[in-house]
Amino acid sequence: MLKEYFNLAFVNISSRKLRSWLTMIGIFIGIASVIALMGLGSGLRVAIISQFDFLGSDILSVQASGIAFGPPGSGVVTPLSDELIEKIAKVDGVESTYNRWIESAIFEFNSIQSLLLVTSTPEGDKRRMFETMLNFKVKEGRMLRDSDTYKIVVGGNYAENEDTEEKTVFKRPIHVGDTVYIDEIKFEVAGVLEKKGNFMLDGAIILNENILLDIFGDDGTTDLIAVKVRNEKEMAKTKENLEKLLRKERDVDIGEEDFEVSSPQNILNALDSTLAGINIFVAVIAGISLLVGGIGIMNTMYTSVLERTKEVGIMKAIGAKNSTIFTLFFIESGFLGMVGGLIGVLIGLVLAYGGAFIGRLVLGVNLIQANVSLSLIIGTLVFSFVLGTLFGVMPAMKAAKLQPVDSLRSK
Amino acid sequence: MNKKPIIKLKDVWKTYEMGDIKVHALRGLDLDVYEGDFLAIQGPSGSGKSTAMNLIGCLDIPSKGSVYLSGQDISKLEESDLAQIRGKKIGFIFQQFNLINTLSALENVMLPMMFQDVPEAIRRARAEKLLKMVDLGERMHHKPKELSGGQQQRVAIARSLSVDPDVILGDEPTGNLDSKTGITVMDFLKKLNKEEGKTIIMVTHDDVLAKQAQKITYLKDGKVVTKSEIKRM
Repeated sequence: MLKEYFNLAFVNISSRKLRSWLTMIGIFIGIASVIALMGLGSGLRVAIISQFDFLGSDILSVQASGIAFGPPGSGVVTPLSDELIEKIAKVDGVESTYNRWIESAIFEFNSIQSLLLVTSTPEGDKRRMFETMLNFKVKEGRMLRDSDTYKIVVGGNYAENEDTEEKTVFKRPIHVGDTVYIDEIKFEVAGVLEKKGNFMLDGAIILNENILLDIFGDDGTTDLIAVKVRNEKEMAKTKENLEKLLRKERDVDIGEEDFEVSSPQNILNALDSTLAGINIFVAVIAGISLLVGGIGIMNTMYTSVLERTKEVGIMKAIGAKNSTIFTLFFIESGFLGMVGGLIGVLIGLVLAYGGAFIGRLVLGVNLIQANVSLSLIIGTLVFSFVLGTLFGVMPAMKAAKLQPVDSLRSK
Repeated sequence: MNKKPIIKLKDVWKTYEMGDIKVHALRGLDLDVYEGDFLAIQGPSGSGKSTAMNLIGCLDIPSKGSVYLSGQDISKLEESDLAQIRGKKIGFIFQQFNLINTLSALENVMLPMMFQDVPEAIRRARAEKLLKMVDLGERMHHKPKELSGGQQQRVAIARSLSVDPDVILGDEPTGNLDSKTGITVMDFLKKLNKEEGKTIIMVTHDDVLAKQAQKITYLKDGKVVTKSEIKRM
């Protein structure tokens, strides 16, 4: 018989269209904001984690602080001097190190110029370490060798069949053998990498370090030092040792560090606690708006009971029990909640994916992504149904308790 | 004929309290209705006829006295039991028709059977049959607002018959109809009484209408004043 009750509830809701829509708006807003913000938040987390994917759990990176996620020169920082590398290599717990330079350069391809970041790959023994650590694979051509001079490898965003902004800028994909110019110096493309879903790696332009230093000059400093620890369990200890050394070398006190030693894990932890904070904030806002939405449902249902007092009387006269009347109203309010939730989910999805799309257009990075999980959708739908029924209990009880004689007499 | 009354009211009192004042709507009403009767309860307004009708229809319980329906005392029952009984045994026809406006004629007729958990297919078939019987086979899917008063009252008659009740209660069933459609509706009721042997109780203040019944019980001040039987040629 439940099917018929749902039918009746649907008939009742659709015969009061305007009011039903207005009631459900309260639910839309709450559910849509939950879906949109949580979806964007978890998408952001996935995107950020993928940025660290290439760093194994046994890797620490040392950077002069202020440049952690930006190009060098974006803050007033003291660069890391080359001598540090030798000293870091000797720190207890360190297995090996390599360093990298990151420079901005005018990159020209297909007669189109653009300002891009170019980065170095270490040579000799450390090249393999770098390539394994970043898990590079070529899609086309080959990786660089020590004997290469004016050759480069480009990231997956430049390859065929990829819809990326790099492709939009240069109007066609880059293939092995193509000629490009870096600061007006001619280079040949030796390889194109597989796409990894990491905007820094996929957009990379990689040169051998000697030729990079030739072009941009070696001032005895480096932009990033990657440190592989000997034992993963000694990560924290090694990190401390490194910090101690760097404080001494750079002559700063604890708390005034102008450098940063970071492990993927502590970046993730920081990220997670930030996201957790955002999620709590979202949950509170959404909770308030859903509470308001629920009260809206309750108000509508009370009005409905008043309006339909006569109808309740008729139904009771023709044999409806109190429990029947209760169920009818109860389902109706649950229906309001669930349909409101359903539409809220749709709006939320549009907001999340649309927001991420606009974000990518405006900021030009792939970092902003939406990731709405099925469990989030199902969870919010169940929640909105429960919300509707919860706030429908009291009006439904009121309807059920109406006296048939009195309610038949009402207008 | 030695019939047992299908409805029996024994010294029934109904008292309403309005602030400090007690209003006695019924003052010791005695009434017997037998199976197959077509009874009119007549009386001026305030005579207690509507209250009597509510008690007969199990919509309310008396303050004092007993109401028997098919031998069962219903005067002490709870609302949900009363709902069960009237859903099975009583069919109502109201002055205001009292159809559910959001439902079609067919759905309105199906509704009482739904409350009795009759399976959908049976409900539909029976409702269609009843609507054809009241000459509304063509208008089954119309909403009440799309039907004339007479048609609505015929839907209500079909609805009252849907659970095959023992008793049909009409509360001024032609009160909102013009005299011509009123006669059609009355003809239906008479036909039901005659051909199907349904017990029909009709409350009215109208003399002409009351004379259409077999028996008339006249109420005044909450008591039976006269009883009469109409002999037809």
